[in-house]
Amino acid sequence: MKLRSRHLLGIAALEPDEIFLILDTAEGFAEVSTREIKKVPTLRGKTVVNFFVEPSTRTRSSFELAEKRLSADSLNFSPGASSFVKGETLLDTARNLDAMAPDYIVLRHSEAGAPHFLARHCRSSIINAGDGSHEHPTQALLDAFTMRQRKGHLAGLRVAIVGDILHSRVARSNILLLNRVGARVTVCGPPTLLPIEVERMGCAVTHWIDEALQGADVVMMLRVQLERMQSGFFPTLREYARLYGLDARRLKLAAPDAIVMHPGPMNRGIEIMGDVADGGSSVILEQVTNGVAVRMAVLYLLAGGTEGEATA
Amino acid sequence: MRLLLKNGRVVDPASGVDGVLDVLLEDGKITKVEPRIPARGAQVEDVEGLVVCPGFLDIHVHLREPGQEWKETVATGARAAAAGGFTGVACMPNTIPVNDSRSVTEYILAQAREHGGVQVYPIGCVTKGQRGEELAEMGDMFAAGARGFSDDGRCVSSSLLMRRALEYSRIFGVPVIDHCEDPVLVDGGVMNEGETATRLGLKGWPGVAEDVMVERDILLAEDTRGHVHIAHMSTRRAAASVRRAKKKGLRITCEVTPHHLVLNDEAVSDYDTNAKMNPPLRSEADRLALLEALADRTVDAIATDHAPHHGDEKSVEFSRAPFGIVGLETAVSLCLDRLVHGGVIDLARLVELLAVGPAAVLGLAKGSLRPGADADVTVLDLERGVKVDAARFFSKSANSPFLGWKLRGAPVATVVGGRIVHDAR
Repeated sequence: MKLRSRHLLGIAALEPDEIFLILDTAEGFAEVSTREIKKVPTLRGKTVVNFFVEPSTRTRSSFELAEKRLSADSLNFSPGASSFVKGETLLDTARNLDAMAPDYIVLRHSEAGAPHFLARHCRSSIINAGDGSHEHPTQALLDAFTMRQRKGHLAGLRVAIVGDILHSRVARSNILLLNRVGARVTVCGPPTLLPIEVERMGCAVTHWIDEALQGADVVMMLRVQLERMQSGFFPTLREYARLYGLDARRLKLAAPDAIVMHPGPMNRGIEIMGDVADGGSSVILEQVTNGVAVRMAVLYLLAGGTEGEATA
Repeated sequence: MRLLLKNGRVVDPASGVDGVLDVLLEDGKITKVEPRIPARGAQVEDVEGLVVCPGFLDIHVHLREPGQEWKETVATGARAAAAGGFTGVACMPNTIPVNDSRSVTEYILAQAREHGGVQVYPIGCVTKGQRGEELAEMGDMFAAGARGFSDDGRCVSSSLLMRRALEYSRIFGVPVIDHCEDPVLVDGGVMNEGETATRLGLKGWPGVAEDVMVERDILLAEDTRGHVHIAHMSTRRAAASVRRAKKKGLRITCEVTPHHLVLNDEAVSDYDTNAKMNPPLRSEADRLALLEALADRTVDAIATDHAPHHGDEKSVEFSRAPFGIVGLETAVSLCLDRLVHGGVIDLARLVELLAVGPAAVLGLAKGSLRPGADADVTVLDLERGVKVDAARFFSKSANSPFLGWKLRGAPVATVVGGRIVHDAR
């Protein structure tokens, strides 16, 4: 089978069989990264523009590596050095990029819906690498890949997502994906950092981390940003850490073989304590490793690839 | 100058008339509404099968002139109004410069006289520079022709200033029109707070930010005996507040836009910037409450909040797009299709909401076809099928979420002061 759209704008547009197609395809690509020569000719001659309007280290490096390991030519384009800061609109910038006929535009943008907007105006395949507080589909896919790798399955998994859900695109994409594959999600955070009616996206809600952790197979901690304190979402980082920080003692409430995830970058001592981040339950670096394979799978499948013939 | 409209169905709720009659217009006034009026040299227009109503008034439009003539001008806005079946419009003061003085009021009226065709009623600012700090010269603007005061687009945030404005405006007997939005609570929200905003990752504009200001204004109106008109009311709780205030006999009026009656916040789902306006499209529960408020007479007027923006300005990221949609050329068809044919209200009630009510809000001697009234008439074809097409707009802008919609019922002729200013029969 193939993906139905030539864009990856969000998990919201993916059917469960497409999610599994990406995860299964990524299995094959994960192996490529363990070889002596970490490169396959799959996307030779294809061009990718990494258009990062909002700063990112991890996601951009991961996409870049995925592109290089597939032998695609990639171009990094960020606003600091471009006409974008001279007042050109996103639409004009994108049309100019598109006129150079790249096969893909990987977009990271501070505003929700920016990739959807480009997809209406560009010929290239648009890949959403994070749009505002909306979606971060490749993150959710690499998280699911990591969960499946460790747990063997996704259906029935109990997943707790803890922290600033309101501003988190990672949380939204994960809630959507995990619902589609039959996992059970509980989100946890102070009411000020939970989006209104989030339960209608299909998740349980609690304000107490101990309740969220109870029996969880997967604990996903989200980054809390200092500016949220300044905007009055919670009183102090100290109190936040006491109410929502994950330490080894609290982790004992989760299932005995629970795994701990974090999309990074971590605030050690605030949402996650060092003993957990570096402990045996942490799969945080595996997430990063798997990110490359998942993004290779996405690039390959969006080019019209089918499962099974990719990694030869 | 004599004009005879023959054989139309006359719907004039102010005089309780609904029947096939002729209407004679002479020298800018209605002189007769009777069966079989002899022509006697008058220009005769046969409107058999059509509906003849008192001229519709849109008491909330943005004509953008002076200052943003690439979006709209008084001339194009007035032309769009005529095409949309409106014989008069009240234009909001958030131009550049803002209309906070006699000179800007006079400029707008001069443009209207030169290019108009429909009546233009300028709304002046409540506060100088629309800054919310000190009262603007309401008396001077009223003398020049302003027929209401508003800092539209902004709420009069200071309760003290709002109190003073309500007290002071009593001199002139015109309303203070408030855009009820507590900006602190809105905090940069771009669409209605709720499930759709949560799914889209867009910052929510909570209904309560409107509700607290509506309640505040009602309390101030009670104390000052001033007239508050709530602009573009959009929430179920605001409707309930206005209903309570009216029961108490307070001088509270309100308007609702066609888009808040027809769409809910799910219209934003594809990040359509033409579904972005202020106040935002609300939940389905809010929309249904507004329909109820139309029917039970809580709502005084339907007004479009016609807010033209250039296509380039709307072709940006959703959160960066300006608020607002055009409405003059879609309002009447939307109302006929969704409200009258849709069974929400009857035709007489719609005429009240588009003619009688708006005239009463601004204290204009309009909204009736009684002999002696001004010869402003809107003619409707209840069965005319229309497809909303930007290419046919007279407005300079086409930022509408209704493009491509097929609707039943349309305004087909507009008569202002006894003169036909638009004819699409």
